[in-house]
Amino acid sequence: MREINSSKIKETIAKLLTKAACDLPKEVESAIKISYKKKGISNLEKSILKELIDNINIAREEKMPLCQDTGTATIFLEIGQDVHIIGNLYKAINDGVTEAYKNLRKSIVKNPLSRENTKDNTPANLHIDIVPGDKIKIIVLPKGGGAENASFLKMLLPTASKEEILNLIINYIKENGVKACPPLIVGIGLGGTFDSVATLAKKALLRPMNIFNKDKKIANLEKILLKKINETEVGPMGLSGKITALAVHIEVAPCHIASLPLAINLQCHSHRHKEATI
Amino acid sequence: MTLAPPLDSNIISSLKTGDRVLISGTLYTARDQAHKKLVELIAKGKKLPFDLNGQIIFYAGPTPRKKGSLVGSIGPTTAGRMDAFVEPLLQNGLKGMIGKGPRSQKVKELLKKYQAVYFLATGGVAALLGKCVKKSEMIAFPELGPEAILRIEVENFPVIVASDSNGEDIFK
Repeated sequence: MREINSSKIKETIAKLLTKAACDLPKEVESAIKISYKKKGISNLEKSILKELIDNINIAREEKMPLCQDTGTATIFLEIGQDVHIIGNLYKAINDGVTEAYKNLRKSIVKNPLSRENTKDNTPANLHIDIVPGDKIKIIVLPKGGGAENASFLKMLLPTASKEEILNLIINYIKENGVKACPPLIVGIGLGGTFDSVATLAKKALLRPMNIFNKDKKIANLEKILLKKINETEVGPMGLSGKITALAVHIEVAPCHIASLPLAINLQCHSHRHKEATI
Repeated sequence: MTLAPPLDSNIISSLKTGDRVLISGTLYTARDQAHKKLVELIAKGKKLPFDLNGQIIFYAGPTPRKKGSLVGSIGPTTAGRMDAFVEPLLQNGLKGMIGKGPRSQKVKELLKKYQAVYFLATGGVAALLGKCVKKSEMIAFPELGPEAILRIEVENFPVIVASDSNGEDIFK
């Protein structure tokens, strides 16, 4: 049994969220830079991608948020089963969010109808998994509202063919991708239940960019989708072009004989995420 | 091409879909809840917190400014969410909107009818756009927090004409 003080969790979350807002992961930055250098892209496309690259540099150098929408503080905790947390875990997490968002935009309202701002960006959108070991892995994914609004969930027929599923995803992005600030990272959940498939799609976003699924059949679907989504010509900011998605990640889970849940969680080009293990 | 609000009919008719424009001057920020409030004030015949004549509304809510800096990061939010609120504002003299993403057919018709323009700014480059802001002042609805209306002064703020006053649209 290893003891970890909840104050350490608070500090780590505050630090990760603060950094995530201004410092785009290198893997996302290089995917954008590779797109920028692609042959055959239009001048408009190139100029938008140049703005993204300039923005990444300014944000990092001047510690300015990459996007004004500093998002819902989505936090994934993988807690080792041999860890004993001293103090209140949930309070520590939200205190960490409060600390980080002192200097970031507070985008959360208390109630969907009264719309009163919580003024500290709490509560966090929290996902906890218990894993073997005596450490805690913390991943933060500040998620913007626009891309989240453009996400999708459907309970498909269990007899749906692969082609039907792929076409549905491609057509969905063709129609709605523009709203999520392309170029996109596409997280797809297949299987599970109504509630778990959405989390699966979100977790798919956390996989390192363009590391394909370990299951070769799923990896093949990811490759087909990436190609076909880019062939939709939605383009950066929806102004048409060859660069619509930077990566497509699919995660699968077992499901009921009657079901085939599908969720698409769209992520904008400002794919901000950071992690630490304590 | 550079623009300075207030925009008159000559300027409006000279702007064509696809034109790249730099704006220098005053913009007013307003998002979803601020739009709801503005349209409610109009419906009740009450005075608006700022004169809309010839002005441009920027669909944006910036991050807080850091100590010693003029403004935080700022960028456009999805314009389509404001579609239902556009007509009363145009009736009161609004001439431009800055956002991201396509508008409804109805909005494109309204732009033609009231001779106004919808501009696109690139989404998710808010540090870059924040550098164009030289002054910022809250003028209405402080209770909305990040959705309050700000009057901001910008310099060489880059936009593209997305929908012009002839009903042309950059999103085909």
